Amino acid sequence: MVGSLLLRGMLVGIIAGLLAFGFARVFGEPQVDRAIAFEEQQAQAAGEAPEPELVSRATQAGLGLLTGILVYGASIGGLFALVFSYVQGRVSGFGPRGTAVLIALAGFVAIILVPEFKYPASPPSVGNPETIEARTGLFFVMLVMSVATAVASIGLAKRLMPQHGAWNAWIAGGTAYVVVMAVAHYALPPVNEVPEQFSAVVLWNFRVASLGIQAVLWTAIGLMFGAVAERKLVERRGRQSVVRAASH
Amino acid sequence: MSEIALKPIALPAPIPVRELLPWAVFGGLMLMLMIYFVGAEEGATSLIRSMYVHEFVHDGRHLLGFPCH
Repeated sequence: MVGSLLLRGMLVGIIAGLLAFGFARVFGEPQVDRAIAFEEQQAQAAGEAPEPELVSRATQAGLGLLTGILVYGASIGGLFALVFSYVQGRVSGFGPRGTAVLIALAGFVAIILVPEFKYPASPPSVGNPETIEARTGLFFVMLVMSVATAVASIGLAKRLMPQHGAWNAWIAGGTAYVVVMAVAHYALPPVNEVPEQFSAVVLWNFRVASLGIQAVLWTAIGLMFGAVAERKLVERRGRQSVVRAASH
Repeated sequence: MSEIALKPIALPAPIPVRELLPWAVFGGLMLMLMIYFVGAEEGATSLIRSMYVHEFVHDGRHLLGFPCH
């Protein structure tokens, strides 16, 4: 059962990745091109020789982007299926479709939105190559912290539910998440490596496009996986009742 | 009669943890390795000695929000 849900999750992730790729081509690539044009202009002004192209821009924006988003989509879809396998009927009392939508919403907030507020996506030429290690470290610290806090907050809400009711329990859990993440956003060091002359409009559009790509991906995975899982789980239940009827 | 009418629709039973665990460990590791290659290989850390993977998935890495050069 878990294996077939995992496979379905990865397939759903690939389809969602195709949709996200379409979105990325239309809204993301123009911003990447503008950022690279800025980078080249700066290098030229500084009298630096242009960097040799290991992979052509056309490949980066086409096959490379497609590969990146599809592999990412398949991975998120697979992890989604594993989380779903644990949560369904255990943490969530909703049916498969409702559970999948809630996981997608929680995942988008905890994995994408909240970490992005502190360390947002940045186009080429924003970001110093010498600080890549520190920036990568901080990015993953924030990511892990957000996911761990989200899991703990959901656990807290579940624990409070029998005594205080669902409404109050979810307010308490949600507050716990917001407070811990606010402290993390306050305490972790800022990263500000935007070049002085870089267009604020390009930066904004790039970041909105990046969030849009993730929103498309997570929405598509949540909705499609729910439908696919419901069919699979109901099919199993149907078969079991047939077996039971036959053995009686 | 009303008891039957108000009964909630039966939900699928939870999948036993024993069945889930091996998939979660091996599948989870493999999937996270895939994300690593898209998101971080040949950036802060490097398993392969080239810049090809980095350059190939370059646009995806930026647009998916991973830190990049």
